[in-house]
Amino acid sequence: MDTQTVKKTKEVAAKTERITGSEAIIRCLIEEGVDILYGYPGGAIMPVYDELYKYQDKIHHVLTRHEQGATHAAQGYARISGKVGVAMATSGPGATNLITGIADAQIDSTPMVCITGQVFSHLLGSDAFQETDIVGISTPVTKWNHQVTKASEIPEVLAKAFYIAKSGRPGPVLVDITKDAQVSEFDFKYEKCTGIRSYIPVPKTNPEAVKAAAELINAAKKPMIVWGQGVILGEAEKELKAVIEKAGIPSAWTILGASALPTSHPLNIGMVGMHGNYAPNKLTNECDVLIAIGMRFDDRVTGSLDTYAKQAKVIHFDIDPAEIDKNVKTDVAVIGDSKDSLAKLLPLLNKNSHESWLQEFKDLYEVEYEKVIKNDISPTKEGLTMGEVLKQINIETKGNAAIVSDVGQHQMIACRYADFNITKSNITSGGLGTMGFALPAAIGAKMAAPEREVVAIIGDGGYQMTIQELGTIFQQQVPVKIVVLNNEFLGMVRQWQQLFFDKRYASTEMTNPNFVAIAEGYYIKARKVVKREELADAVKEMIASKESYFLEVCVEKEDNVFPMIPSGASVSDVRLS
Amino acid sequence: MKEDIKTLTISIYTENNIGLLNRISAIFQRRHINIESLTTSQSEIEGVNRFVIVVNISETQAKKIVGQFEKQVEVIRAYYHTDEETIYQESGMFKIKSALLFEEPQIQNIIKESNTRIVTVNKEFFVLEKSGRRNEIESLRRDLNVFGIMQFVRSGRIAVTKDEMKVTEMLLAFNNQ
Ligand SMILES: Cc1ncc(C[n+]2csc(CCOP(=O)(O)OP(=O)(O)O)c2C)c(N)n1
Repeated sequence: MDTQTVKKTKEVAAKTERITGSEAIIRCLIEEGVDILYGYPGGAIMPVYDELYKYQDKIHHVLTRHEQGATHAAQGYARISGKVGVAMATSGPGATNLITGIADAQIDSTPMVCITGQVFSHLLGSDAFQETDIVGISTPVTKWNHQVTKASEIPEVLAKAFYIAKSGRPGPVLVDITKDAQVSEFDFKYEKCTGIRSYIPVPKTNPEAVKAAAELINAAKKPMIVWGQGVILGEAEKELKAVIEKAGIPSAWTILGASALPTSHPLNIGMVGMHGNYAPNKLTNECDVLIAIGMRFDDRVTGSLDTYAKQAKVIHFDIDPAEIDKNVKTDVAVIGDSKDSLAKLLPLLNKNSHESWLQEFKDLYEVEYEKVIKNDISPTKEGLTMGEVLKQINIETKGNAAIVSDVGQHQMIACRYADFNITKSNITSGGLGTMGFALPAAIGAKMAAPEREVVAIIGDGGYQMTIQELGTIFQQQVPVKIVVLNNEFLGMVRQWQQLFFDKRYASTEMTNPNFVAIAEGYYIKARKVVKREELADAVKEMIASKESYFLEVCVEKEDNVFPMIPSGASVSDVRLS
Repeated sequence: MKEDIKTLTISIYTENNIGLLNRISAIFQRRHINIESLTTSQSEIEGVNRFVIVVNISETQAKKIVGQFEKQVEVIRAYYHTDEETIYQESGMFKIKSALLFEEPQIQNIIKESNTRIVTVNKEFFVLEKSGRRNEIESLRRDLNVFGIMQFVRSGRIAVTKDEMKVTEMLLAFNNQ
């Protein structure tokens, strides 16, 4: 290990102390500023839990009800705070239960460190009790992983783990630690990692590329920005806003970019992608310069690549060189940290406004409003819609809540209709689309930002994938607000069956339990709404509650989410019905 | 617009760590790219390993995959090269019954003409080693096959590039940063 990690020598040489590997693990976490960790104990990690007992005043361990819950909670924590989330589990089944959350964090670039216990090193590879090759299993879904078999390796490996997880394009890291390494003693000292020779987290911005980008933008008649989570991860919200305003560019966002610019901003033209807004999807194929910032041209965003923005010159700002030309061929690539690149771009931009071009977006918004939005948020039919629930939440939270959504129709509705005034407010599983994400992620989000209102929006399907985390909410007294939009269907799949499988609703109908009774069983205040007249009052009561609150809203069973780009179709073929 | 599939040599300079082969092979596997041959060894730089991997893919694919390699924390640099840009060799070993050496004088001619090296000879068998291009080794194999080969093995490609790869400079720059 020592050849590859360069440590800048500190003025004062760190003192050493003889302690066990497990105590070292806790001390490393404290050194990295970790004050909360999510996990679940078991044989191979018990020495660490024993140490945690001693350090209770410094690190708060949250016992989730399933290891998957621990990873999603750590993700929620990381997404709202920008800090590294930490999850811990035992070997074997404990470790494999982390995988979904790790894969989710990998594709959504969420900084997370997972620590797993492992069998004694002399048993490795012998099919010992609760032994799995978690390093092998997690390799394709981690940014980095490593197995520690000696106590003395712990400080350096954990320092590296935190550095890798949070630097550059963030991601999940897994450190697997054998039991002998946990119990043996060594001389502990800790130094933070400041660099690894084979790893360049933030490539330097090339000024020539910035200049070329500025020239293209200045000459553009119909420029359009699509920004993604890179802006949030790079904390470049201010720079983005300045660029948008100076150059007067209509700007759209990907699902994970949501909230970086307030929803009400006049140049915010909505979401792109499969269930994004009509105007930005349609006009992607009419802009003359497409400026992609911190986004990766995911297939849900681009639809068919053969017809995606072919007429446009493409400028791509990204921290990860591997994203350039991966899906869409760029004319100008600006590799680097978005905060830095956008700050360098700003002075080179001409002040501009593209009134008539912006008007085209507004006109198409009107079309979408008449055909879709109006019916979603102010319905005249009897059944409740998901959209009107979101509207009510916006009213009660004034757009200041963090919205944690699960996966399905309600997710798309949440992202489309939630008002976001504050950045890092849209916490959802974008790349992996993990049902069961929202309930535990909301726990993590609320614990990281207790001052914020955190509202989880979940479907009746996804809710039942991690419903046991109600136990965590109850035990930890986390005042999250939980809204289940119950359509008695796996709604999004049913929508596809309706549109593309001739209404053959194979295994998508759900006979649901008494959700209110379940919440109450966990001593969580609960209410169920079936009529429109009750909705406003129920949402008001929920938001006013100082404690956690469960709200079930029975919505129309067979509503669909539009607009929609059928998979494989062109963005300009976005359907309104 | 279908692009040409070429035989390309991918060079990956890496830290010498456990598990890296896993990460690298996973990148090929995810993209359904078959590895024709793979060699890994120390490189000219102390503590730095080099993978030499031969694949049949388009240059666009190669560019993307090299980007994915460089993304790995423990990969220092990755490159791809066409055959024309490299000097490359493989090595083959042949184990043959010793008796044949005397019964089939033709074998001795083959050994001489093909510049093949005798590694060892004993009472039961002798071992030949031939380095060169794939076709040279294959042609030798065809020639010897007539007489019977007890064992044959061929290595992956090893290659150096005609142009320099600035890995040393990169590492120096890091150490002095
Ligand atoms: C773990 C997991 N399994 C399956 C899916 C496939 N899937 C995507 S959306 C969906 C339906 C979600 O239903 P529900 O949670 O009730 O939300 P709704 O769409 O009705 O709002 C399913 C099954 C998934 N995304 N994640």
